Amino acid sequence: MTAVAAPESKLTPAAVPVIPSTDAKVAVERSQIDSAAAGPVLIFFTTSIAWLLVASLLGFITSMKLHSPGFLADLPFLTYGRVAPAYNLALTYGWASLVGMGVSIWLMSRLCRVPLRYPGVLVLGAVFWNLGLVLGIGSVLAGKNTGIPGMEIPFGAAALMFIGYLLIGLWGAILYKFRRNAPVYISVWYLLGAFFWFPWFFGVAHIAVTMPQVQGVVQSVIAAWFSQNLSLLWLTPIGLAAAYYLIPKVVNRPIYSYNLASIGFWTFALFGGLTGMARLSGGPVPAWFVTVGIAANIMMIVPIVTVLTNFIFTMHGQTHMVYYSPTIRFTFFGVIAFAISCFVGVLASLRGFDSIVHFTQFQAAQQHLVIYAFFSMVMFGAIYYITPRLVGCEWLSASLIKIHFLGAAYGGATIIAMMAFSGLSAGLTMIDPDATFSQVIQIGQVYFAGSSLAYVFILFAHLFFALHFLLMLLRIGQPGGEPTLFANPGQETH
Amino acid sequence: MSRSSYLFTGIFGTFALSCLALVVVPQVQIGNLQPQVDPESGEAYPIANARKGRDVYAAEGCFYCHSQQIRDEQNGLDIERGWGPRRTVARDYIFTNPPFLGTMRLGPDLTNVGTADWRNEAKEDPRKPARRNAAWHYLHLYQPTSVVTESNMPPYRYLFDLRKIGGERSLDALNVPTKAGYEVVPKAEAKELVSYLLSLDRTHPLNEVKAPAGAPAPAK
Repeated sequence: MTAVAAPESKLTPAAVPVIPSTDAKVAVERSQIDSAAAGPVLIFFTTSIAWLLVASLLGFITSMKLHSPGFLADLPFLTYGRVAPAYNLALTYGWASLVGMGVSIWLMSRLCRVPLRYPGVLVLGAVFWNLGLVLGIGSVLAGKNTGIPGMEIPFGAAALMFIGYLLIGLWGAILYKFRRNAPVYISVWYLLGAFFWFPWFFGVAHIAVTMPQVQGVVQSVIAAWFSQNLSLLWLTPIGLAAAYYLIPKVVNRPIYSYNLASIGFWTFALFGGLTGMARLSGGPVPAWFVTVGIAANIMMIVPIVTVLTNFIFTMHGQTHMVYYSPTIRFTFFGVIAFAISCFVGVLASLRGFDSIVHFTQFQAAQQHLVIYAFFSMVMFGAIYYITPRLVGCEWLSASLIKIHFLGAAYGGATIIAMMAFSGLSAGLTMIDPDATFSQVIQIGQVYFAGSSLAYVFILFAHLFFALHFLLMLLRIGQPGGEPTLFANPGQETH
Repeated sequence: MSRSSYLFTGIFGTFALSCLALVVVPQVQIGNLQPQVDPESGEAYPIANARKGRDVYAAEGCFYCHSQQIRDEQNGLDIERGWGPRRTVARDYIFTNPPFLGTMRLGPDLTNVGTADWRNEAKEDPRKPARRNAAWHYLHLYQPTSVVTESNMPPYRYLFDLRKIGGERSLDALNVPTKAGYEVVPKAEAKELVSYLLSLDRTHPLNEVKAPAGAPAPAK
């Protein structure tokens, strides 16, 4: 962090110009921090990208089966009911969580100005997590599913992942404990929140559903709570932490308002944890559960507006950076998707709208908005920013980054749009008493072929991205120092 | 350090509130429901359903496309579509762990698929089978489009064996074209799954559910 130069302000923003005399010292410190973190962070990135490729392939198979049920139908482990959860698990726990943890470790290390010690513990954590996940997804594909949507991983495999997480989370906490910066940046708030919330809701939910006292519908209540937390209290805060770091860094100006950021964080923490029950709308639960969920969803407007205001005003006048900087292009796309996903989330929780799109692919569209269009895009931006600092060279080719962006942005947007249209048209048919249920399905199905095609684009985009990352691991790239940009802005950027 | 302690108190407090409101309180409120016992006949509903087919239903991920919950008239047309006579409530599921409520409907709701009245066709559609019995379900699992032409359900041929006919044809052999001298018979998993599907019936009246307007009063 460059913020050492402003000891008089507790709320030092992320990027204050460095006083020249300390410049060299800060640069040395940063490179020490980066080289200490390089090993584990690159392992997190590498495994997450491997999972991203697995998830893209599983996503394509899942999508194909929606319009061609005969596709690969005689392979038991690839039947829709097995491959669909495997896809979601690979996407959330494989790609999203691992890349999120890698980015978080690096951010914590940088923001707390502490070089990482004993990186082997983090590596061990990653090994446990990956091992548990391979076992978990393998079980689901082999026909051992707990039957709880979102929590399919068997207890033993989930326990392995939990142990892995504890090693990783503990290291994050230690970095915070030994921080050398008096002010605590807004990114650190979100990271501490995510790293604290995850083990609690993961542990509570997985243990609770195995308890004999927890019966019937309560298991569904816990599953809804868990799924919502996984996206809102784990992935979203990590995504926001990265965006709160990257945007001010790359546009080289401080966060617009720390007070807004603070309001945003606390309302987010308070209401975010209460939104889950809106998922059970209309279900066999006492009505007040759902009412609480809807009320919390509506209150989420407060954190959404504050977070967005902050990003927009920080970017204000610097939006041309989107043309030059890969990091900003991905991150900005993610922030816009975050805004859309939040407002769609509020809208979809309202009873009138929910009664149309409940039980349709619209929910899958919402989930992909959060996990792919928002979170993954911000993480791509973060990888483009962080990796050169760890390997000592810059990305080889701006064209490869461009291909990745086009495939990810258009492919992702197409998948989400197709799912949303499918959900809306099926939902509108579902409430038409003259339409049979078979008609509902047929109308919703029209869009799935487009979705499959988009998965092909996304798969290729991810392959190019993985190749590019592999080249970075092999130190094949541009000489270090100047970031690889889409175009030359004619000025020093970062 | 006080700033840190505020931060941690807040992070902990918001989580504790979420966990209390959405896990602990629901468990206290609906975690101890008991079956409803008819004071005259002593008949209890629901009763535990320990059919192995539940595991097959979970393993094959049936619940990703089929829900098992009937919503009331304010929340959709579940009852009108013929999926059940009344909405389901928490008590219907006290012995089902997990309850397979479902989040998506890429296929019809199966809450009451074991009952004779269950239908997914329009009310007067002649294609509705008199009853979806075991033979119907086997055919439907083996080749869905053979009984529902427009079905988008994947075929589950791997739940069946192709067996050489030795002497008599098996009783449960499927009436599908296959190699001469061979027959298609359900594996154990298919039998368990179908037995589970045929057991699905949550039409028993419950005191906390009002029968929907126009529906016949529950039989005494």
